[in-house]
Amino acid sequence: MTFYVDVDIVSAEAHIFSGKAQMLFASGELGEMGVSFGHAQLLTSLKPGYVRLRKQDGNDEIFYISGGFLEVQPEHITVLADVAERAADLDEAAALEAKKQAQKLLEGKQAQLDYAVALMELARASAQLRAIQALKRKTVF
Amino acid sequence: MAVAKEIRSKITSVQKTKKITRAMELVAASKMRKAQDRMSVSRPYAEKMLQVISHLANAHPEYHHPYLISREVKRVGIIVISTDRGLCGGLNTNLFKQVLIQAKAWEDEGKALDFCLLGSKAGGFFKRHGGNIIATTTHLGDEPVLADVIGVVKIMLDAFDNGEIDALHICYNRFINTMKQQPVVQQLLPLVPASIEKQQHHWDYIYEPDSTVLLDSLLKRYIETEVLQAVIENIASEQAARMVAMKSATDNAGQIIEDLKLVYNKARQAAITQEIAEIVSGADAV
Repeated sequence: MTFYVDVDIVSAEAHIFSGKAQMLFASGELGEMGVSFGHAQLLTSLKPGYVRLRKQDGNDEIFYISGGFLEVQPEHITVLADVAERAADLDEAAALEAKKQAQKLLEGKQAQLDYAVALMELARASAQLRAIQALKRKTVF
Repeated sequence: MAVAKEIRSKITSVQKTKKITRAMELVAASKMRKAQDRMSVSRPYAEKMLQVISHLANAHPEYHHPYLISREVKRVGIIVISTDRGLCGGLNTNLFKQVLIQAKAWEDEGKALDFCLLGSKAGGFFKRHGGNIIATTTHLGDEPVLADVIGVVKIMLDAFDNGEIDALHICYNRFINTMKQQPVVQQLLPLVPASIEKQQHHWDYIYEPDSTVLLDSLLKRYIETEVLQAVIENIASEQAARMVAMKSATDNAGQIIEDLKLVYNKARQAAITQEIAEIVSGADAV
């Protein structure tokens, strides 16, 4: 008799797979592994590559993931998949870009937040909105 | 009939505006539905992650990750999420007001502030009014992906790691329903004890490679996911607010058209009456 294990593959952007499977194959941080029903609790990070599922009918389904985590419970496996390619230098580049944009925004501006002026502008904006609301039922002409 | 012609062209122009606002309303409605779907899609990921993180934090009381420890707050980092485009009612205004009130309170307590801005509206606002901006990103579009927020989150996390900021908050519009969006200020770092639930464990994971390394990267992913989730929720709020604003604009345009038509018909009638009067008096004279 074969036992089936519940598998969920989720990412931050999409729900990728949910269902029962005989076995799950993935490339963990320390090597390839196959996980089936009754495996001890395990937590590992995954390398970019394939996650292969042997489903109930014996057919394989393959998902490509760009890294992530694998959480194993005896009756349940969760793959927390990364959606974006992750590498220290890629992250660094993205951070630099965000910093550059901020500097561009700050050019020639004082760094001290002027609360009085800012709050006044907001008050004006919401007053305008209220006025529009009030005008709604009234005839303009 | 010069007046009538002017009114007629005015009516045509308002009718065109009405068509545009009506179209924008429909577009916003469909985009809102999509954004709502995305909100629910990414929730299981964050929930699962938090579950694993709280397990790790509980299973290893001897290892204290800096993200989980409260320290004395001298500098606060704030991530402000705004929209890229306008015409969405008072959404951004209300958010900025909330941010300023909170920021003022912190400043009064002697805490310095660092801003991280997402969306062009926040950029424009803080550019006018100052504030120490350390990271910005704009034009995330209607379907933002994780890659869009990695950069800004990394800057804030690095700042936290280096001790430049001692707390990280995020401000965005929470989507409650189509009619209601609530600006909220939420603490991301240090992770508040409430979100890390206490639990009794009789088992532990096998860790590959090391539990501390795993906790490190899980926490980082978790913060990124939370920010992305907030961005998506803000987009849903934006579209809902735009839908309502455009609906009322369409209604207003309809009202204006009706009023103009009344004025137009009066002018037309007056012209006809005048013409008849002229003809009658002319006939009398003959």
